[in-house]
Order: sequence, then C-alpha cells, then structure tokens
Amino acid sequence: MNATLTALAVIFTQLSLVAFGGGNTVLPEMHRQVTDVHQWLTDADFAALFALAQAAPGPNMMVVPLIGWHVAGAAGMLVSTVAIFGPSSVLTAVALRLWRRFKDNEWRRAVQAGLVPVSVGLVTASAVLIVQAADHTWILLAISAGVALVATTTRLHPLWLLAAGAVIGWSGFGQ
Amino acid sequence: MALGDSEHAGTGTAELPPTTSAPTVGDLFRGFLLLGLTGFGGVLPLAHHMIVERRRWLSGQEFTELLGLCQFLPGGNIINLAVAIGMNFRGIAGALAALIGLIAAPTAIVITFGVIYARFQSDPHVVHMFAGLAAAAAGLLVSVAIKIALPLRRRPIAIGIAVICLAAIAVLQWPLVPTMLVLAPVSIVLTRRIGA
Repeated sequence: MNATLTALAVIFTQLSLVAFGGGNTVLPEMHRQVTDVHQWLTDADFAALFALAQAAPGPNMMVVPLIGWHVAGAAGMLVSTVAIFGPSSVLTAVALRLWRRFKDNEWRRAVQAGLVPVSVGLVTASAVLIVQAADHTWILLAISAGVALVATTTRLHPLWLLAAGAVIGWSGFGQ
Repeated sequence: MALGDSEHAGTGTAELPPTTSAPTVGDLFRGFLLLGLTGFGGVLPLAHHMIVERRRWLSGQEFTELLGLCQFLPGGNIINLAVAIGMNFRGIAGALAALIGLIAAPTAIVITFGVIYARFQSDPHVVHMFAGLAAAAAGLLVSVAIKIALPLRRRPIAIGIAVICLAAIAVLQWPLVPTMLVLAPVSIVLTRRIGA
C-alpha cells in the first residue's frame, strides 16, 4: 500500500510540474502511467473515470482524485490531490511574487500585453477540442451552439444552461 | 446548490470597474467554494462570470492578464488563477483559502459520482444526460473564447497570433511547451514594437 501511495505521489507531482496549459495536456502521459506502467486501471476504466470527471463540477483535473480513490481508496485520493495541485500552486505563488515586484517595470508590461493573444489562442483551442470530444450527434452540437449563443449575448447564470443541456440529454432526443 | 446570490446585480455587459474593497480570506474561500460547486464542465466560464461580472474582484483586462500568466505556468489554469488571486489579495492564507475552497467540493462530488455511476452505468437515460451536460459545458467554453477574443477585434497582429496558436494546438496538435516557447516571445516582441 505504501509503495502504491509513493508511486501515486511521484507520478502526479511530475505531472503537476509539466502540465503547461492545464490538465488536458498531460492526459496522454497520465493514461500511460496508470494503465501501462502500473496497470492499476484498464483503458475502459480510464475512459469512464475521465467522462465522470468532465460531468462533475470543478477544475478539469478532477479526474486525478478519482484515479487516486480508485487505486488506493481515501489515502490514495488525498495523496493524488496534494501531489497534482501542490507543486504547481507553489510555483504559481512564487512566480506571482516576482511578477508583482516588477509591477511598473516596462518589460513586465510588454510581457503581460504580449501574452494576451497567446492566451486567447489557447482558450479557443481548448473550446475547439472540447466541442470535438463532446459533440458526437447533431443534437449535442445544437446544444453547444445554443448555449454558446445565449451565454455570449445574455448574463443568464451558466448553471441554467447546463441544466437545460442535461434535461435535453436525459430525454434522449436525437441521440 | 446556490443558483446566483443577492450580489447578482442586473448591470449591463459593458466593462465594469473592479470593487474598491479587497476580498477577505473568508470571501475568497466562499467565492471559490461556490465556483467549485457550480462549475460543471470546467470552471473558466463561471470564474469569469463571478470574478469580473458579479463580484468585480478584477477588471476584464486584469482577469485576462492574470489568466495569461497562469496559462504560462504548469498546472490547471483555474487552480493557478485561484492561487494567484488569493495570493494577490491576502498572501499565502488567501492562496490556501482559494485553492482549498475550489477543490474541496468537486473532490467530494466526483467521488460520489464515481460511486453512483458504477451503480447506474447501464441506464441509457444517465448516459444521455451526461452527454447533454458535456455538450452544454462545451458551449459555455466556446462563449468564453468569444468573450476574451472580442477585445482583440481591431488588432490584426494580435488576431494573427491567436489564430496561429489555435491552429498549432487544436488543428496540428503540436506539443504545448515548444509551441509556447516560440509563440510567447514572438507575441511579446511584436506587441511591443508595433503596439499590435
């Protein structure tokens, strides 16, 4: 059990520090580690856990606590959660301090302004990839398009739109 | 589950000024706890809604700039954003409050879902409902992309960089680290020289 917990800690600490651009970028490596290297889960298990984490609220790395729980119960969940969120958070806190120290520095302003277009490109890329992953039928694509339109043009709380999507999905119409 | 709260003022969609009083450690914990609880299909759409439009902790521009820094660092973007906002207003205590607030509820919920799903995964209604929920979540992310891209509309070079970034990651599926290492410096230099 201790060996398993140590392995979980090592794997998710490494993934935490190389997850440039967020959780989706390290999914292939995470999959390789837990299904191939350690064989804790089958391919089908991994896919099911990932779908669940997407349907649940929260940041998109919530598949990690679920994998930890599946592999080693409550202790596995705790170790995996701290390992995936801890190291990157410490790095962010340190980076922010440096960032603020140079607040009125001319190069900092240039870096900050220059990162905006890249940031817009990355979020747009995520949107494209998520739409591709989620929308397998015309009705699902229509739900995405309708939600995008309403969310862009009104200030309706997003939870109402999610509820509408879930209800249309539940009916099975078009699926 | 709280659906909007008393602070949900009926203000317009124009640029809103940030509030003058900084959030306390408790505000940060409660704000991110609510985000974690209601952020189905990724928290970014709701984070923008809460931080910029509703609680006005940051202006739209400050949000995009801080998000840019968080995307540049490893780790989940929203996780980093919570740490950065917490740190920004209340130091390490604020960062811990925001981070723990953000992940506590989703962790409990995702485990509960795991248990429920294991029991009902043969029910087609459940499968279809999750598909509809995922589709709606995808639509919300599209809306966020549109909202943060709109301020670039009169800046052709910035649009060009965003489109190249989009094509590299989503179409060509290039690895993120080398893509960023090339695009970020190019974008910084061009933005500075041309004021793009």
